[in-house]
Amino acid sequence: MPSDFAVIGRNVSKRFRLYHERPRSLKERLVNLRGARFEEFWALDDVSFEIERGESYAIVGANGSGKSTLLKCLAGILRPERGEISTHGRMASLLELGAGFHPDLTGRENVFLNASILGLTKKETERVFEEIVDFAELEPFIDMQVKHYSSGMYVRLGFAVAVHVDPEILLVDEVLAVGDERFQRKCLDRIDTFKHDGRTIVLVTHAMDMMRRVATRAMFLDKGKTVIEGPPLDVIKSLRQTLHGESHTESDIGEERGNRRIQIHRVVIADGDGAQRQVFRPGDDLQVIIDLEAQEPVDDVMVGIGISDDRDLILGTNSELQARPLGVMHGKTRIRFTCHNLPMQDRRYLMTVGVTSKDSGTIYHWQERFYSFICERTGLSDGILDIPVTMEVEPL
Amino acid sequence: MTGIARPEASERLPEGERPGSFVRYRELLGNLVRKELKIKYKNSALGFVWSLATPLLYLVVFSVALTSLLGQGMPEYYFFLLSGLLAWNLFSAATSASTSAIVNNSSLVTKIYFRREVLPLSAIGAALVHFLLQLSVLVGAMLILQHYRFWDAGLVLLPLAVIVQVLLLTGMAFVLTTANVYYRDVQHLLEIALLAWFWLTPIVYSTSLVSGRPTFWRFYLLNPMAPIVLGYQRALYSRVVDPETGRALLVDAPVGWYAQRLGYVALLATVILAFGWMLFRKLDGRLADEL
Repeated sequence: MPSDFAVIGRNVSKRFRLYHERPRSLKERLVNLRGARFEEFWALDDVSFEIERGESYAIVGANGSGKSTLLKCLAGILRPERGEISTHGRMASLLELGAGFHPDLTGRENVFLNASILGLTKKETERVFEEIVDFAELEPFIDMQVKHYSSGMYVRLGFAVAVHVDPEILLVDEVLAVGDERFQRKCLDRIDTFKHDGRTIVLVTHAMDMMRRVATRAMFLDKGKTVIEGPPLDVIKSLRQTLHGESHTESDIGEERGNRRIQIHRVVIADGDGAQRQVFRPGDDLQVIIDLEAQEPVDDVMVGIGISDDRDLILGTNSELQARPLGVMHGKTRIRFTCHNLPMQDRRYLMTVGVTSKDSGTIYHWQERFYSFICERTGLSDGILDIPVTMEVEPL
Repeated sequence: MTGIARPEASERLPEGERPGSFVRYRELLGNLVRKELKIKYKNSALGFVWSLATPLLYLVVFSVALTSLLGQGMPEYYFFLLSGLLAWNLFSAATSASTSAIVNNSSLVTKIYFRREVLPLSAIGAALVHFLLQLSVLVGAMLILQHYRFWDAGLVLLPLAVIVQVLLLTGMAFVLTTANVYYRDVQHLLEIALLAWFWLTPIVYSTSLVSGRPTFWRFYLLNPMAPIVLGYQRALYSRVVDPETGRALLVDAPVGWYAQRLGYVALLATVILAFGWMLFRKLDGRLADEL
């Protein structure tokens, strides 16, 4: 009977040795007979998990928390000292896009080589070759040596090959933070398709938005130990408290509700040109790009955003206040709010996005303080607002 | 353990280690060999011609310049030399390339899981392709220059010697490529060792120089490359005795003696391979840590 689990890890521990003076050659080894002095540390300490088939599992944590080590153990690249990992199903890992591309070979040659390293036969690769090239959008360049590729092209080809290996389990390590926004969206769509096909995804990330979007369950690792494992929202809360030392007691932070007749599919906080951004300076424009999806026509719709700090609402607006009634919504819709000349500084702000009926009586989808961005200080003034100030001095 | 079906042994292995995936790895091996060859000749106008040009050049240089110096009157000394060099080139090219195979591909080893054996094996594979090209040049030259003597019973030693040599190379590759991950100077030490090893092997000189002293000769034959090179020479050069002077050019013994010597080397090679394989398997999971 096939197991319902795609990946099972039991008491997995991985030790690394930090060498002080490592003899890297036989010569040194012979001269220095004492042997190497090293400190041991456990990058993973007794971590257990069970990932069901079809689950999207996120592993989060700060740098050095062991999350990438865990992913490498799952991929079979590293072997844990203790514990046991068993995987069921064909696995492909996107630990580094284009790993194994050889600069002197053409795109075409690299596709075949990379695919065979990832476990495809030549026949299987030939069958998906056109799709790979199409997906990477590299048709005119495919017979060019990849050393002449831009880094974006390189990464696109790497991603295209990896996702066409057709794995049952996909391991992803933050690689999605590459390419332009359009290609990122394409990658995310592809990952969504994976999810819908009932495949298993294990994702390592520190982008909370990413985790919220993709994961069905998550694990928070800190110093190699599991802090919490469970629904993404619980994990995010715990993560925020640890990472930012925040002690939000309000229960509504990061919460979602609504009947989902219209779904918030994706929210991007971007600069005035639509490029994703986290950090702003006073005077910048900020765009909130909201992708909505309605499975059936809905005629009573209002979309709104709210920006707040730890306590207060700084700005709230919606399609009615903006006098842009939305009419009937069906299928996918993108809505963009642009906030001009941000006056705030020196704080982290939280963004709420909501879709409701016009009288706010019915909530379709509400994401309370779900997203965040940071406003930096200009240094021209103190306080939370940077209102342009001029100063004159005249003798009297 | 309730609720979780205990997976079958084969199911617990990563995909790549299941028996059915052998075809995939054979293909991967082929692709890696092709990659090695492509890269080597990618930016050269003549491409593969180069690997043919080298032995041809040797043929010309040695026949014209060195025959009188080194040949000591050996008939067709250049064919004697090239038979031995053919074997040696395969040996030194394959050992050097396979020793650094894992370290040179560290970006792959630390990022993607696949059977790492294919890396040293593909290095040997690429060297074998060169070897076959050079062999065809040599045989071609022998036919053109009407050196038909190799067409005798000794020819069976050629496939035998090649097989034994590949066995030896594979075993050494596993030991050396693993050692080189831990101690990076193994590849440099190997180069020095190869230089000495070359002169301990009867390539430029005839064994008749050393076979006269029984004790020395016994130790001399412990060098696994000596019987292998002798096998190539017996098969291709195949002049055992100089008809004019009656002097032994190779070892004056029946083909069976050569085969028996190759058999001993095969035994040794099997032991090395078994040891190398165990070492490689044991340390395989740690390789990514050390890179």
